[in-house]
Amino acid sequence: MFKEYSPLDDKLFQVMDNDGKIVNPAWMPEINDERLLKAFKDMLFARQADLMAVSYQRQGRMFTYPPNFGQEAISGGLAQVMREQDWLVPAFRELGAWLAKGATLKEVFLYFMGYEDGTVFEKAKNITPISVPIGSQLIHAAGIGYAINYKKEDSVVYAIVGDGGTSTGDFHEALNFAAVWNAPVVFIVQNNQFAISVPFKKQTRSINIAVKGVAYGMACIKVDGNDLFAMTRALKEAEAHAREGKGPVLIEALTYRRGAHTTSDDPTKYRTKEEEEQWSCTDPIDRLRKYLVSKNLWDTAGEESLLAEYKKEVDRQFEAAENYPPYPLEDVFKYLYVEMTDDLKEQKVEHEKFLKWKEGLK
Amino acid sequence: MEGGAEMKVMTIVQAVTDAIDIKLAEDSSVVAFGEDVGVEGGVFRATEGLQKKHGEHRVFDSPLAESAIVGTAVGMAMNGLRPVVEMQFCGFVYPAMNQIISHAARLHNRSRGRYKTPMVIRFPYGGGINALEHHSESMEAMYGHIPGLKVVIPSTPYDTKGLLISAIESDDTVIFMEPKRIYRAIKQEVPEEKYSIPLGKAKILSEGTDVTLVAYGAMIREAQKAVAMAKKDGISVELIDLRTIYPLDKQTVVESVKKTGRMVVVHEGPNTFGVGAELTAIVNENAFLNQEAPVVRVTGFDTIVPLPRGEHHYIISPEKIYYGIQKSVKF
Repeated sequence: MFKEYSPLDDKLFQVMDNDGKIVNPAWMPEINDERLLKAFKDMLFARQADLMAVSYQRQGRMFTYPPNFGQEAISGGLAQVMREQDWLVPAFRELGAWLAKGATLKEVFLYFMGYEDGTVFEKAKNITPISVPIGSQLIHAAGIGYAINYKKEDSVVYAIVGDGGTSTGDFHEALNFAAVWNAPVVFIVQNNQFAISVPFKKQTRSINIAVKGVAYGMACIKVDGNDLFAMTRALKEAEAHAREGKGPVLIEALTYRRGAHTTSDDPTKYRTKEEEEQWSCTDPIDRLRKYLVSKNLWDTAGEESLLAEYKKEVDRQFEAAENYPPYPLEDVFKYLYVEMTDDLKEQKVEHEKFLKWKEGLK
Repeated sequence: MEGGAEMKVMTIVQAVTDAIDIKLAEDSSVVAFGEDVGVEGGVFRATEGLQKKHGEHRVFDSPLAESAIVGTAVGMAMNGLRPVVEMQFCGFVYPAMNQIISHAARLHNRSRGRYKTPMVIRFPYGGGINALEHHSESMEAMYGHIPGLKVVIPSTPYDTKGLLISAIESDDTVIFMEPKRIYRAIKQEVPEEKYSIPLGKAKILSEGTDVTLVAYGAMIREAQKAVAMAKKDGISVELIDLRTIYPLDKQTVVESVKKTGRMVVVHEGPNTFGVGAELTAIVNENAFLNQEAPVVRVTGFDTIVPLPRGEHHYIISPEKIYYGIQKSVKF
């Protein structure tokens, strides 16, 4: 596959077109109907949760939130390949992938409400916390990959970054280290066309992002990131490549961030309605729905009641997050070191004395 | 030291090798890597012979990129390893600062204890070796200011071995700064067997009654010369080797100042916002009424360490330390 779809020729790997038609049957991944329906429903659920997260934020019930709207097929593809022992090294815009790995929506809400507890992802095995400094988490993936080889484990690392992140030194260092060490890492670039407001064409003079992998001697491919089938198949090929000891893979997943960068951002300042409409034709959920309907696997009439159910579930998890206990002072200090240092103990005690004094003021 | 233990004469750099060697032998999760660490054994030979003994998968050369050396160590630590990485010089660490500050120092906090980062970032620091720019700096105060790090600076072969073993065994990220100026200048009998020295504990090297002198790393040897000069003039100096910059052993310093009433601090790094400033605040907060004189700081200038022809202007001599002691006692 990596030879056939060389990014040097700027080839795009696609299986299904915008109308939900299979245009590349040779590369259609094997997904049975039941699994496919689950994938679709999970994408619907993630979108519902995402849209509601934005509205909770607008209501002042949550702090900054980075929407996933339009990028659901990338997480959807990851959900098809990630096993329990595999690692997910996320940035901050992979809601569906977190949920697929075992994180709960309540945790995600907690994080964006301002609790570190929300990024512990307690029940999800081998997932690193949400990483904010752009590109920096990719290097951890290379290190995790080294440890996988060292311990002779059968695991793959899936590490995610956006198009802006590919301009950082850490992106290049991570690719290089992983390649030199033959680490089983699949790097996935969610090329959603914007790094906040800066368009893709201002990030690089390369013909695409995938081609950057060529320089590091690694397998690489540009994939239609809004095509669940293409994403799934490319990830499966990448997984096999990494597990066979052939080294890391770079996947550029072409997509479009239909929402804002975060709830603090206003996309009308840097892009046009026309552009947004043009990309909306490639929407990953609309395309998959068209495919499912054409195969008589989905009845759109039932979708509304399903969404109503999802809304209830999202609300339930959001309320659980809202009812989370207040952030104790102890937690500010407790986790910095494995054991609290004397300085931190003193600072905590001193602050408690102040609080007592302050109470006396009333 | 236990009686009857086999002893071996070692330099500081040999003590570094010995500590890593012992940990590699007893703990299969320990790996050591960095630029030139494998085949060559490091530019200062701190890992000499370790690749041959423990294998290429455990002691190895990495590509040349400090950010990735530290960052991959973070990843390895999250997946169960205990990496010991070398940065070639204190002045070469800066590309790795984002990984150090944003991840190594705080993943434990971010993940509420789910992920630990048991790793050591070790590098030679300090001037006095006639080196190029970027090869002479002492930035310990900067690391001491970063929440989530522990910062250790040994001054003798014995302490180097015991502190480095503790650092490798620590489940927190430890910055281990080695005084390269005295890497080979001091030879000392060191037990061949494993022992550890707890982090965060200063050591009183010589007791005295007139003034407390606080130093660490390569400045200890200079401070000892100053103590001898003072002794000739009848001034009794209590010399404290801080050994750990963070967490800082406040108690030892404060108790000493309560006794002597005076403190002189010595460090190679810049004066402003330095370790001396922190020690001054600690003494003010905890021994205000015991002080007979203001704290005297004998430190590097707030400048770049000059290239070799000008470095003598910057380097702290025993005389300059003694000058500081005089200033304190004559106040």
